[in-house]
Amino acid sequence: MLMLTCPWCGRRPEGEFVNLGEATRPRPDDPAALTDAEWTAYICDRQNIRGRHNERWWHMRGCNMIFVVARDTVTHQVFDMAADEAAP
Amino acid sequence: MQRYSFFSLARNALSQHEGWQRAWRSPPLKNEYDVVIVGAGGHGLSTAYHLAKEHGVTNVAVIEKGWLGGGNTARNTHTIRSNYLRDVSIRFHDVSVKLYEQLSRELNYNILFSQRSMIDLIQSWGKLRDLRRRSLAMALHGPDYQLISVDELQRRIPAMGDLSGVRLPPLAGMLHPDGAMARHDAVAWSYARAADARGVEIHQHTEVTGFTFAANGAISGVKTNRGEVRARKVALATAGNTSHVIARAGLILPLVTRNLQAFVSEPVKPIIDVIVNCPDIGLYVMQSDKGELVIGGGTDPIPSYRQGCHFSTFEDVVASLVELFPRFKNLKMLRQWGGAIEFAYDASPIISATSIAGLLVSTGWYGGFKSIPVGGLTYAHLIATGQPHSLAEAFGLDRFTGLRFLLEAGTVAQR
Repeated sequence: MLMLTCPWCGRRPEGEFVNLGEATRPRPDDPAALTDAEWTAYICDRQNIRGRHNERWWHMRGCNMIFVVARDTVTHQVFDMAADEAAP
Repeated sequence: MQRYSFFSLARNALSQHEGWQRAWRSPPLKNEYDVVIVGAGGHGLSTAYHLAKEHGVTNVAVIEKGWLGGGNTARNTHTIRSNYLRDVSIRFHDVSVKLYEQLSRELNYNILFSQRSMIDLIQSWGKLRDLRRRSLAMALHGPDYQLISVDELQRRIPAMGDLSGVRLPPLAGMLHPDGAMARHDAVAWSYARAADARGVEIHQHTEVTGFTFAANGAISGVKTNRGEVRARKVALATAGNTSHVIARAGLILPLVTRNLQAFVSEPVKPIIDVIVNCPDIGLYVMQSDKGELVIGGGTDPIPSYRQGCHFSTFEDVVASLVELFPRFKNLKMLRQWGGAIEFAYDASPIISATSIAGLLVSTGWYGGFKSIPVGGLTYAHLIATGQPHSLAEAFGLDRFTGLRFLLEAGTVAQR
């Protein structure tokens, strides 16, 4: 079982959280200016990294905070956490 | 190819079984092929077989990082079924079931195909409505998916016992008579042997480390740990690791990889003779020919390449199991494993050309053991002719542009 550290609630079991996927997908500033292919890439494509990546978690059954976690997708080791200030 | 039969078994028994040929050759790696297939799992080998059989393309190498059939082909729960929701998915998987039914005969290899039927246990009204809709969709295309009563459920699955204390008692069931299982290793080995007999080369322990490109940007071959191999077409069948491999060609696909785990109990006497699936609580259970109960549930809800046991999911599945089958409480679990399955943004497979000429992908199988025969048939058609097979026209990567998704509710067991 994964243990995640919520910036507000501290170390909690993974069942309280929901994984929101990759954190490295900034929303385009002006979607209307994109081509269909670019918009499709934003909506659908995923890096799907084998190894360490940044992902967003939502403390749904807790304080409701959304934050970013660095986790290795092979070993499931969680590296560090920070409040999701940079998130768009 | 040495044919297997009762007589060959008897003849070889007389010579102490020392006269058997190897099931496939291990030729030296050439530096040029017409087609290189990356990944010697079920889909890669089936594709190679159909390339040789239907299209006469035999200058083919199937290269594999590990050993033959050692990826997801070895890490699934060998269920074959066609109870899908979308028209294209039903037709596609119905063909796959029919090919599986004939596979042992066609490939002269006993894959221990056992069409024992599959029963979906319905424990919520929403699921009942959903599965009735699916049965009507399937009725349009042929495969059977019938509503059965709780009495009938208990008659067919006596191992459930008394249901009065169950928190979510079954309301009804759906019977899928085409549901089957087969020995997964035998499927890979039989395709390998049949493809090899038609001239295809299989190279294990050959890892693709990169791709080479012609001046016009088209693919010209692969770099491997055993040197460069030129090819006119490179076809990926690298279930679970497709994003990782294709990133070396600079492409990004709409895929996420997750861990799907299963586990088996100690062997017991025959107690369940159908495949039981409980979509409401995330559980399926069947009994293997060895007597072990094969148990699984949904995917882990996070991106993962771990291929192992994720304890919180394991706990959920076991809780569901002992709720419906309290008598299994004392069973010891023998083994557990996970497969790295990848699913596309709309949960339907991708059999497609890519933006790089000559590079093709077959991916997004989200539990693709059941699709091995038809996946190979349609992928080989695309590789050989450049046009999608009529069964797989909807599975191109181009469907994502314009967001024409093929949303599928029937993919993995916990549906």
